[in-house]
Amino acid sequence: MELLTTNNVWMMVCTALVFFMHLGFSLLEVGLTRQKNAINILFKNVFIICAGLLTYAIIGFNLMYPGSFIAGFIPDYFFDLFGLSAPVADGALDLAYNEGYTYWTDFLFQGMFAATAATIVSGAVAERIKLGSFMLFSVIYITIVYPIVGSWKWGGGFLDGLGFYDFAGSTLVHSVGGWAALIAVYLLGARLGKFGKDGQSHAIPGHNIPLATAGVFILWLGWFGFNGGSVLSADPSLTSITLVTTCLAAAAGGISAFVVSTIAYKNYDLTMFLNGILGGLVGITAGADLMSPLDAVLIGLVAGGVIVLGVALVEKLKLDDPVGAVAVHLACGIWGTLAVGIFGSMAGLNQLLIQLAGVGIIGAFCCITAFGILSIIKATMGLRMEEKEETEGLDAHEHGMDAYAEFGTVQER
Amino acid sequence: MKKIEAIIRKSTFDEVKKALHETEVNFFSYWDVTGVGNEKQGHVYRGVSYSTSDIQRRKISLVVSDENVHSTVETILKAAHTGSVGDGKIFVSPVEEAYRIRTKEKGTDSLS
Repeated sequence: MELLTTNNVWMMVCTALVFFMHLGFSLLEVGLTRQKNAINILFKNVFIICAGLLTYAIIGFNLMYPGSFIAGFIPDYFFDLFGLSAPVADGALDLAYNEGYTYWTDFLFQGMFAATAATIVSGAVAERIKLGSFMLFSVIYITIVYPIVGSWKWGGGFLDGLGFYDFAGSTLVHSVGGWAALIAVYLLGARLGKFGKDGQSHAIPGHNIPLATAGVFILWLGWFGFNGGSVLSADPSLTSITLVTTCLAAAAGGISAFVVSTIAYKNYDLTMFLNGILGGLVGITAGADLMSPLDAVLIGLVAGGVIVLGVALVEKLKLDDPVGAVAVHLACGIWGTLAVGIFGSMAGLNQLLIQLAGVGIIGAFCCITAFGILSIIKATMGLRMEEKEETEGLDAHEHGMDAYAEFGTVQER
Repeated sequence: MKKIEAIIRKSTFDEVKKALHETEVNFFSYWDVTGVGNEKQGHVYRGVSYSTSDIQRRKISLVVSDENVHSTVETILKAAHTGSVGDGKIFVSPVEEAYRIRTKEKGTDSLS
């Protein structure tokens, strides 16, 4: 009983830390975009956590842990698909549910992860997506796509049987969000003024770098829970090594991105440094419990380079990603997943191939579903704001509000 | 009476203000302006360089009697000077009439 209590307390603390990441995402996104769209960005982030938790309670949690599958990949749930039903024994909560935590803790911890996947998309589509279209897409994506993908590994589905490994979600959370972000950015098009007629890139600087910095530090803090809680118990040796690998990868990712971007661009760009930290965190997320401290540093160093390359590549493809979401979550998510086959206690060619297969299958599924949902939305209600609305700002047109009502005027760039 | 409008660097403002007070000019308005000019600033953001041709400056506006125009302009010219490109400009234009609102005095009496 004491062991369950200890485990459960740790899991609940981690749940709160992962919840706190939503503040991190909010601040990062609002800081890297323009003042005229601040309310809109925050609205999307607030919506995602609220809607995400509710849909996870209604259907997502059950879809992700169905207990059995049809043909190995369709969650098999003919009864009790909707709503939460805690296991009961002798009229009280059945604590034999799991040695690490109660049913409720399980639901809430996983629920916080689900919302994280959709919030990744909100940064990439910032400043030009229609609010209603985004809300519709993210509800469908978190409610259906995320849990089905999650069920294939964490819910005991075919990828789990294949030996695919994803400790805390480099693929299951970050790449799921990253693929959707990539598809969305492609279908949405770039912000007005981002690319010139001759294809030249123009800079659209964020309006509040201090908030973006605060956001990244908060996300790093949240990762203590994201990875620390994915141990699914308070096991002292596993949790402590996991926190160490997590932090070392973050630090290495930051330094690496800072050095690489300085060499490439001849200036000390804080936003690249911040993205590098996140890249390192995403990169270690697939195998944080498998890696030695040195492995973690190496994974982070590579992730930092991937960030700089990823941001440059996305730009070169004429895709507009204001916060670097595709580079951080998709590119480093894939890197982190593959790294399980290259470093740490599960390293090996066989494992690497299994990881690659998992990346490919999930990638295909996410791309197809995201493309399908977004295309339908694009053809029906439309994805994008009108030109005039985008120029004058989403806050003015979607919300009729001013984020900084007494702080001077918004630049209509 | 003449209006003197000076666009100066924000960094020289405190010196200009002090120098003006020393010449008994105690009444002027100032505000921050953005403009374009000869000074160029290079910026880089996530690998994309752009030059902000938008330059931040401060504008001072004061009205003095005709006898004081020369000394006031000299004061500002000296205090706002740094020698680098972008020190700014001073413009002098005629003023038809001036009033002090509290006492309804007009002309040069309202300027002291």
